[in-house]
Amino acid sequence: MSKVTGHEDNLNAIRALIKKHKKNDRIFSYIGLFIIGSLAIALLILFLDLVIDGYPKINLEFFSNFPSRKPEGAGILSAWVGSALVLIVTFFVAVPMGVASGIYLEEYAKKGWFADLIEINVANLAGVPSIIYGLLALGLFVYEFGLGQSILTAGLTLSLLMLPIVIVSTREAIRAIPVHIREAAYAVGATKWQVTLHHVLQYAMGGVLTGIIIGMARAIGETAPVITIGALTFIAFLPPSPVTDVAPFFNFAWLEAGFTVLPIQMFNWISRPEHAFHINAAATGAVIIILTLLMNGIAIKLRYSIRKKIKW
Amino acid sequence: MARKEIIKAESKNFNFHYADGTHALKDINIPLYEKKITALIGPSGCGKSTFLRSFNRMHDLYAGNKYNGEIILHPDNTNILDKKVDPIEVRMRISMVFQKPNPFPKSIYENVAYGLRVRGENNKRLLDDKVEEALKGASLWNEVKDRLQDLAYNLSGGQQQRLCIARALATDPEIMLFDEPTSALDPIATVNIEELMSELKKKLTILIVTHNMQQAARISDYTAYMYLGEMIEFDETDTIFTKPSKKETEDYITGKFG
Repeated sequence: MSKVTGHEDNLNAIRALIKKHKKNDRIFSYIGLFIIGSLAIALLILFLDLVIDGYPKINLEFFSNFPSRKPEGAGILSAWVGSALVLIVTFFVAVPMGVASGIYLEEYAKKGWFADLIEINVANLAGVPSIIYGLLALGLFVYEFGLGQSILTAGLTLSLLMLPIVIVSTREAIRAIPVHIREAAYAVGATKWQVTLHHVLQYAMGGVLTGIIIGMARAIGETAPVITIGALTFIAFLPPSPVTDVAPFFNFAWLEAGFTVLPIQMFNWISRPEHAFHINAAATGAVIIILTLLMNGIAIKLRYSIRKKIKW
Repeated sequence: MARKEIIKAESKNFNFHYADGTHALKDINIPLYEKKITALIGPSGCGKSTFLRSFNRMHDLYAGNKYNGEIILHPDNTNILDKKVDPIEVRMRISMVFQKPNPFPKSIYENVAYGLRVRGENNKRLLDDKVEEALKGASLWNEVKDRLQDLAYNLSGGQQQRLCIARALATDPEIMLFDEPTSALDPIATVNIEELMSELKKKLTILIVTHNMQQAARISDYTAYMYLGEMIEFDETDTIFTKPSKKETEDYITGKFG
């Protein structure tokens, strides 16, 4: 009997202890919920404010009209086309370079002080203010290389900005692949390149894609570096079309064209005194936020669906 | 059952469904006798590990898994699967040793002390005593007493597994669960662990999953044969290995399974 009583006491002590410890669980979850909640509400208010202000302007004409002196007829055609073309350049420059650098640093480069140095620098690059990239691009691309204040220059500049994000996320994704998966591939006689191509790159794809899209989402909203390299603020024509109706059906003249992008268009309208232009700015802001949310949404969806297929 | 033993725990009509709907365990009814070793044998995928892990509610860590039926823990008659019973309470009473040694990347001392720290114990002298006692109980003390602050990763595989046993032992559990504890170890380390378990059962109740039939025959008092999520036969180990009552059990233990 006394043994059972001792057992009961012991059990009650355990239960009291758990109750005490669980308090911390609850406190943390409340704090976490509060912080996340405030952030979500702040973003929501910001977004709703833009949408409510800009709502009368968000229609098809807004997307198909050039900017104009008259606020009622002004649209963002040249801005969204400019943004799209710049992002295309950014994508085709930053993705191959970033993924290749990530693979090289993680799989090929000898580990040592030099690799460490590069790693620290790449991580630092991600934190450099974007205006610095703009100044670098102005000196290097515009004046030194003579690329002019063109779509190409803007694309290259933004790809510099996006590169560290892609490199870091590629390396993280590669590092998450367990050693025994690589060993299994090497054990059947695969070369390093084959292991990289058939296994490492495929299994890391979820993380790599996430990095790419988050980098692109950052690039779409950047203003300072694009202003620094001298993007136009008022433009009422489109660059030459990348696709033509005569062979070879595409041309690269658009790369050299002048341009503007969405955030600059918004910046321009906001600095006007007339209230009607502010409505245009709000509408443009809403468009940018929707595009960013859309891209981040795609990134989450991709990561989720790719990770679901891979288990270790 | 010939002998009368005290029942420490028993599963009653226990069913388990994984989140994807797989009906992994079907109507499992077995007792665990106090201070005895019960072995679970059966082919891969038969549900042995799933059953073992239910005993400390490991399945609660992943959303969507569902328990039905009861696992009653004596002498307080607590149904450890009950939603109202905190899984943490269950884990404080029933500890587990995993298939691969999984020490924390911390010192030997901190590995063993962790269970006590989780319980809020910070008294240095008491911790020292408990760590020594647990390491002695896991037959590891003589090998590590001069380097308690070394990283646990510097130990050999067999030593790491005994360290994990010491970690599970330090909190005085009522039942210890072993999930194929020797499958990643060499024969000598395996013998060490087996001897250790025979020593441990003087103090507590043991449930072990093993793929090694000789191991089950050597160390366990009772054996349960499982197949496709069902309990085919449960009896004293001698009976199971010499005159099993079911044809399937005999086929499996004689290697004719198929």
